[in-house]
Amino acid sequence: MKIKIIFALAITVFSSAILYNCSQSNNLGSDDAAKKVYVAPGDKDEFYAFMSGGFSGHVSVYGLPSGRLFKVINVFAQSPETGYGYSEESKGMLQTSLGFIPWDDAHHPELSQTDGVPDGRWLFINANNTPRIARLNLSSFETEEIIEIPNSGGNHGSPFVTENTEYCVASTRFSVPIPNRDVEISSYKENFKGSISFIKVDPKSGKLNLAFQILVPGFNYDLAHAGKGPSKDWCFFTSYNSEQANSLLEINASQNDKDFVAAINWKAAEKFVAEGKGKSMPAEYFSNYFDEEKQQSVSNKKTSVIVLNPKDCPGLIYYLPTPKSPHGVDVDPSGEYIVAGGKLATVIPVHSFSKMIAAIDKKDFIGNIDGIPIIKYESVIAGEVQDPGLGPLHTEFDGKGYAYTSAFISSEIVKWKLGTWEVVDRIPTYYSIGHLMIPGGDSKNPWGKYVIALNKITKDRYLPTGPELTQSAQLIDITGDKMKLLLDFPTIGEPHYAQAIPAEILIKNNKRIYELEKNKNSNAVLSEKNARVERKGKDVHVYMTATRSHFKPDNIEGIKVGDNVYFHITNLEQDWDIPHGFAVKGLRNSELLIMPGQTKTILWKPEQVGIFPFYCSDFCSALHQEMSGYARVSQTSSNVALKFN
Amino acid sequence: MKNKSVVLFVLFTLIVTACGGGEEKKESASSESFKAKVAAKLGLTEFEFENGVGPIKEKLNIPAEIDKKMAAEGLKIFESKCMSCHKLDEKYTGPALRDVTKRRTNEYIMNMILNPEEMTKRHPEARKLLGIHATQMTFQNVTQEDTRKLLEYLRSESK
Repeated sequence: MKIKIIFALAITVFSSAILYNCSQSNNLGSDDAAKKVYVAPGDKDEFYAFMSGGFSGHVSVYGLPSGRLFKVINVFAQSPETGYGYSEESKGMLQTSLGFIPWDDAHHPELSQTDGVPDGRWLFINANNTPRIARLNLSSFETEEIIEIPNSGGNHGSPFVTENTEYCVASTRFSVPIPNRDVEISSYKENFKGSISFIKVDPKSGKLNLAFQILVPGFNYDLAHAGKGPSKDWCFFTSYNSEQANSLLEINASQNDKDFVAAINWKAAEKFVAEGKGKSMPAEYFSNYFDEEKQQSVSNKKTSVIVLNPKDCPGLIYYLPTPKSPHGVDVDPSGEYIVAGGKLATVIPVHSFSKMIAAIDKKDFIGNIDGIPIIKYESVIAGEVQDPGLGPLHTEFDGKGYAYTSAFISSEIVKWKLGTWEVVDRIPTYYSIGHLMIPGGDSKNPWGKYVIALNKITKDRYLPTGPELTQSAQLIDITGDKMKLLLDFPTIGEPHYAQAIPAEILIKNNKRIYELEKNKNSNAVLSEKNARVERKGKDVHVYMTATRSHFKPDNIEGIKVGDNVYFHITNLEQDWDIPHGFAVKGLRNSELLIMPGQTKTILWKPEQVGIFPFYCSDFCSALHQEMSGYARVSQTSSNVALKFN
Repeated sequence: MKNKSVVLFVLFTLIVTACGGGEEKKESASSESFKAKVAAKLGLTEFEFENGVGPIKEKLNIPAEIDKKMAAEGLKIFESKCMSCHKLDEKYTGPALRDVTKRRTNEYIMNMILNPEEMTKRHPEARKLLGIHATQMTFQNVTQEDTRKLLEYLRSESK
């Protein structure tokens, strides 16, 4: 009897233990997610993610899977924090044919590629408002070049690259008179045109050069992607408003059952340009380049562009009918499937590249617009994904045969199978997802571990911050059959699109300092003994050095009201992570943040007499508080001599 | 029996610790091994204790006579990369350097220039100086060759 009781007890204990374990494993859901995104203090993330800063005009750099923000790279907008766009050296980066434009709306980051795979050399991003493309150096994480796109009303379909980064593309969101001129808006159909630009990327230096533009009918060109593999010579561009409405587009541009994906053979375009089929057209635009050794931006004004007219270039461009106001256009890793996000469509149409080529060979056309043949829909379509969610926009790929499409209206990601077109999984997003991103997900070689949802609206997801709320990114695990939400985190501005790359590819080329030996800035002071102040008429040049924990000179007298005082400051440090700041009381420009080995210049126009302290604004050492000085400003008529020490 | 051995052990430990504590005055035939013991206590080799921690791991064969060309090249580097923190005859951000070649071995000076962060963490002299000057000396992106020239310049300025 006793033995039986003991036995029963033992069983009870044993089974409770099992049950206890089970209930624990039931809780593992969230623990498991936490483990997957937890990067222990001191450990590093697996991926760099570059997210567009949207209306902030910047690019933000995050780590994945942790979602930690590392840096905001100044691109199209001034930053008083670093002096970008304020300093004499960087101001030129924001020069355009419309003057100095210190802000923009940044949309689509795009990594440079080699053989269709992100290579970690550069990141390109478009400015949607005042049409521009920037190139960022992924060794220094700084903007190195900005080129303006002429004959464009808004640079949205940009800056997607061809398979070996031969070109970045730029299609105009708003058609405008080309060249721009004073016409009645109601003359839209007659006078407004679209343009699609091909910007050549120098394979060594990365320098951008507007090679040619293609003049296209006045639709709204929305997004783009280059082909790869078999389709590598082609680029694809979505368009809407084939109705060519110029008012109340939300209704008037949504009439037609189908709009178009434009397929452009860029190899053929190169041939037509070489044969002289292009016409040189006057066009004003700026090309701004930051010379890293001179640490100085160089702005060049360009005055003409080569334009191809499809009528003169048979085989250059075809229209693929696509339902209905398509937004994204994404090419699968094999290069065969061209997926269009039919924003207002009930299906996701997938075109076949091989069918397109066959249809072109057979001239299987249903008409043409301004000399551009329209291929028969049935002859080019590979399949349609049924019930893909409402408002399908963008598609990325995992490299394992699946595609992931964002559905804006129904706030979800829909996973479907290439070839069978069947939906296999869906997951809600919070809320109103725009783009989505898989690391390498628009390339030949996706690192298909995560998909990130880039959400426009967060509403009740975070602590409320008044009427203005953050946008967000959501990290979703895609390694299993079911997608699993792991993490969400707020973003800088509206993160339209993003790109990610394994960290190891970038870390090995990461720049730590600017070498003093290579500093060719004309105002650099490479030895403290050369620190000085010079007057040239109304201009006072302060050639200053900064090291922990002093400026040289740090007492300056003889400045007068009405002078232009240029502080040229060289940070003489040569070790990683020792920047110095520079801030002057009342300086109506910006402060500066100067990296080791860098020279930056800020202009101060003192308007009042008195003593003006200046100091280092980036905590640099135990004696950081001591890193300061005084500038004395005297009356314009005074004869206080120039003096410094 | 047990108690006795505990007492013995404690005594022994005290003796060893006292020795390791560094009675440097005792100049004796055993001073070499004594230095080694002090170094070992600090987690350094005897070489490192004398010549610093860094890429210079053995005594360099430096002739007594100054190489003037090398010293002149060293001055140029000094003016660009060192002068904003060091003067020869007065304390600035860091210590005055006129007599540094008398205070330190050649190899110590080179290791301090090439590996300042580890030096201030691990070497007692460098750590002491960090306490006095309060600003961490940094590596100024110089090569070993540059450093040799800097040393030659400092040797040329020594009185």
